[in-house]
Amino acid sequence: MTSKKYILGVFDDEDVLLNAIEKTRAAGTKIYDVFSPYPIHGIDDVLGIQRSRLPIVAFFCGLCGTSFALWMQIWMLGFDWPMIIGGKPHVALPAFIPVTFELTVLCAAFGMVITFFVISGLRPTLKVPVMDLRSTDDKYVMAIELKEGIDIQKLNDLLRSNGAIEVNEKEVVK
Amino acid sequence: MQHVSPIREPLVTGGKTYADITEDVCRQVEAKPNVRWMIAMGVSLVFLGIFLYSVYRTLWFGIGEWGLNKTVGWAWDITNFVWWVGIGHAGTLISAILLLFRQKWRTSINRAAEAMTIFAVICAAMFPVLHMGRPWLAYWVLPLPNTFGSLWVNFNSPLLWDVFAISTYFSVSLVFWYIGLIPDFATIRDRATGPIARRAYALLSMNWTGSAKHWSRYETVSLILAGLATPLVLSVHTIVSMDFATSVIPGWHTTIFPPYFVAGAIFSGFAMVLTLMIITRKVFKLEDYITLEHVESMNKVITLTGSIVGVAYITEFFIAWYSGVEYEQYAFINRATGPYWWAYWSMMTCNVITPQLFWFRGIRRSLTATFIISIFVNIGMWFERFVIIVTSLHRDFLPSSWVMFSPTAIDVGVYVGTMGLFFTLFLLFAKFFPVVNMAEVKSILKSSSGISHTTHPGASMHGTAPNNSHKHD
Repeated sequence: MTSKKYILGVFDDEDVLLNAIEKTRAAGTKIYDVFSPYPIHGIDDVLGIQRSRLPIVAFFCGLCGTSFALWMQIWMLGFDWPMIIGGKPHVALPAFIPVTFELTVLCAAFGMVITFFVISGLRPTLKVPVMDLRSTDDKYVMAIELKEGIDIQKLNDLLRSNGAIEVNEKEVVK
Repeated sequence: MQHVSPIREPLVTGGKTYADITEDVCRQVEAKPNVRWMIAMGVSLVFLGIFLYSVYRTLWFGIGEWGLNKTVGWAWDITNFVWWVGIGHAGTLISAILLLFRQKWRTSINRAAEAMTIFAVICAAMFPVLHMGRPWLAYWVLPLPNTFGSLWVNFNSPLLWDVFAISTYFSVSLVFWYIGLIPDFATIRDRATGPIARRAYALLSMNWTGSAKHWSRYETVSLILAGLATPLVLSVHTIVSMDFATSVIPGWHTTIFPPYFVAGAIFSGFAMVLTLMIITRKVFKLEDYITLEHVESMNKVITLTGSIVGVAYITEFFIAWYSGVEYEQYAFINRATGPYWWAYWSMMTCNVITPQLFWFRGIRRSLTATFIISIFVNIGMWFERFVIIVTSLHRDFLPSSWVMFSPTAIDVGVYVGTMGLFFTLFLLFAKFFPVVNMAEVKSILKSSSGISHTTHPGASMHGTAPNNSHKHD
């Protein structure tokens, strides 16, 4: 059982929060994470979050879907059990486009969503994982991991002077 | 920071705060079901019972329970299938296409519209499966090895394309809907007081914390899913229309079908969204989120798509004459003046004339008028599919096989029964799930609520950073 301590700065305005993030980072404090009830535009830049590469995952999953669909239809109707249907060639590519398109979309969507769940640790669980219950309602919470050598009083002052309405301490048992 | 537009109306009225949004949306999830909900559920369950009985009759005695005959082999079942699928398309249009177009008014209606999509597709799927007669062999439509009893499936057939299109559409819509629900489930989980509710919503919310990193990925995923769902929804109704258009039946064999069907689908879907939303906003007191502005925007989409459908009807008629093919010409003359003239003219009245009333601002913004017209459109679009399917079939090339189609009680039972299925699912959704996407409405609140939020003393002391301002507009 390891436990970690976090200092939570609670904010109630997204613009104050963005400003506080910049000030906190400028003061050399590392922010563990920021929790908000909705996506805040511009937070990626101030927190230094890289653009997600999930679209690339979607593209390659889609490509797999395309290849699989084409292979399946060409092999089944063209080679494994060729039949003459409406006097058309066995491998009637134009007629294979709809199924190919659908499987491309299916694989791209599911590949991307499953990757998103796995890398973000999203899975059904019984525990309530949030640090402050209000962060899914109307408050924004900035969490800073309490490590050796961090002056709590100074951090408190920094957060409060940048608009935090509350500063709390939270112990998370892993 | 607060931007009040002189032209645009606010999307959320009533001076709501973030906490108010949570409160207003979670209220009916947390409260005991009210009497109106119980009555509605009771009625829906009666219709669900009718559905189950009709399905039992259909499966036990066979397709002979329906009014189909040798000439008219497709009638109410396919009409209902296309009608339900079409209704579903509005949900995807609102959640995906309007997201790509950055239409922010979609945020308060997209959740319920997507739910409608999913339930409508479930209802739609009932018809082709029941029409198989032996639904326990439904897996034969999948590309399985021919040792299962059939050969490989025929990838040249639009009916098989339908299998892939509808199942992909259903799965992708479900995933899109669920991704949107996760943050809202987390909100309900964090407010829940009862042990069952907390555990149930904890499971549903998938460990969601609202971390900035997760939100960043979440937004990327939503955008890409919207980008995938947009061509998907167009492909689905295109393929549905190809069930008809690739045949050589006069009245079906036309290249105008794909765009015409897609416009019709969006048209009927928006009508259904309006029917549902006008009731939902009233029952759940969501008038501040689903405003007259929303109703008006949807009515504009109805006018546009209704006009496209109207042009398509006239084009079809013109092309039938211009083609010089007498069978094609007869099919259309028969539609308008033959024994099913009443169905044709119901379709024309409901789909072409009624939506044109929305050119008047007063009608566009009247809830009563909108509700009535939305019902008219639903009826008209049902007749459209009935007209296309039955009038094209009932008088084929050989006059000796000309017949009329009349539905049996079981036909009617399956159809009204799917409405029971639909409303049962929708009422369960409305009770246990957040009907408005809280996270998305919160994200647009600041730019479109039309009122200034009071900020705490700390904020006024430090103000909002001017260097951030460009990121929020």
